[in-house]
Amino acid sequence: MIPFDYRRAENPAGAVATVAGAPGAVYLAGGTNLVDHLKLDVARPDLVVDVTGLPFDRVEPRADGGLRVGATVRNSDLAAHPVVRERYPVLSQALLAGASGQLRNMATTGGNLLQRTRCPYFQDVTTACNKRDPGSGCSAIEGYHRYHAILGASPDCVAVHPSDMAVALVALDATVRVLGRHGERDIPVDALHRLPGDRPDRDTILEHGDLITAVDLPAPLSVRSAYRKVRERSSFAFALVSVAAVADLRDGRVQDCRIALGGVAHKPWRAHAAEDVLRAGEPSEQLFTRAADAELAGAKPLPDNGFKVAMARGALVATLRGLTTEGTA
Amino acid sequence: MEATITITVDGRQRTVAVDTRTTLLDALRDRLAVTAPKKGCDHGQCGSCTVLLDGRRVLSCLALAVAHDGAEVVTAAGLDNDRLRETFLDNDAFQCGYCTPGQLCSAAGMLDELKAGWPSAVTDGEPTLSASEIRERMAGNLCRCGAYVGIVAAIQEAGR
Repeated sequence: MIPFDYRRAENPAGAVATVAGAPGAVYLAGGTNLVDHLKLDVARPDLVVDVTGLPFDRVEPRADGGLRVGATVRNSDLAAHPVVRERYPVLSQALLAGASGQLRNMATTGGNLLQRTRCPYFQDVTTACNKRDPGSGCSAIEGYHRYHAILGASPDCVAVHPSDMAVALVALDATVRVLGRHGERDIPVDALHRLPGDRPDRDTILEHGDLITAVDLPAPLSVRSAYRKVRERSSFAFALVSVAAVADLRDGRVQDCRIALGGVAHKPWRAHAAEDVLRAGEPSEQLFTRAADAELAGAKPLPDNGFKVAMARGALVATLRGLTTEGTA
Repeated sequence: MEATITITVDGRQRTVAVDTRTTLLDALRDRLAVTAPKKGCDHGQCGSCTVLLDGRRVLSCLALAVAHDGAEVVTAAGLDNDRLRETFLDNDAFQCGYCTPGQLCSAAGMLDELKAGWPSAVTDGEPTLSASEIRERMAGNLCRCGAYVGIVAAIQEAGR
């Protein structure tokens, strides 16, 4: 670990000015990913600006019937929040499917979104990785890539985004509130993360110094929502594939739905093709399979992760089956 | 860069100068000679460094000491829960004992979370002190001796 300066942010604008003006500065929130990266030399900041004291630790109702979640609200508090459990079950479930009790007590909403891939090569500075060291190559394409992308990857990077929470937020049409050098702006969570293209070093569209201050949840399309995560052990493991789904089911039809897949791409993957098939359809095994097939038609697995295509299909069908046959309506 | 922090450790106020790179775990063990929390993986994957930080179970290996000036830290040595220690003994909830301080702090934090009604990934309705709830909630604490069956029994007994 290289030496760094530590400062506690006094106010949001000051924090942004400090980090934006210092190329080697980073924000520190829960630290669960950053501190690990400091130890691994994956992150080498010369200044760490602690934002945990900023006034972003509240969950508040919004005038439009939605919810504003402050960026420093801990994952455990958000998962246990009564309004989240009641109206956004997919979010509570996604949070609880991630990490461990200790980590959820530390990790924040903003930090969860900005956590980086767990690709083993990204985390190992002795190997080539275009995300960590642009231009050095991708070790995963011809190496160990069991956990890697089947959708939207590039010849430069096949990493996947590791967050469960972000997948639920995409299915909820959530928006992040960002404070930057030129003031505040809103970015849909779906547009926050990027596909790798030829710039896999950039996980998101954020500029250096941009600070996530909150996540806004619109009033839910339906409280009928669920998160399903498939992994290699039943707890404390990253997703092989995951599905977040919200469905408005009335008069025996899927009036509307929002679906996102996790563990399959460089960003939470909004499943527009599947949604199009489901919309106005009568729930059935056939319809669900058709929706999953439409979404996965463009999948391009690597030699050792082809299983993810069938797994994502199965997980999506099972999630839709569960959503339409049980739960609160 | 150095910084001076004051933290309360197991009820005792301690002031120490630390390099900004120092984790809370290293500050406790190497600077303050508080060796109850253990360094297992040092990457947040094993749970042996678990302490209660301002009342919540966290991983001290992923917390920077400098970021927790003024905090209250409780380690397994200062844990106000003799019942949990007894049930760990009674149920053979350890073999080598290296993960045990982390298991104890995690169990204490977990029981508080359960009491507060926090859900887990296996909760269906209101959470109860079932074996499956304990297993899920303790998933962040590994035991390489494999004393899990005893650990679940010990926590279930202590939480009754």
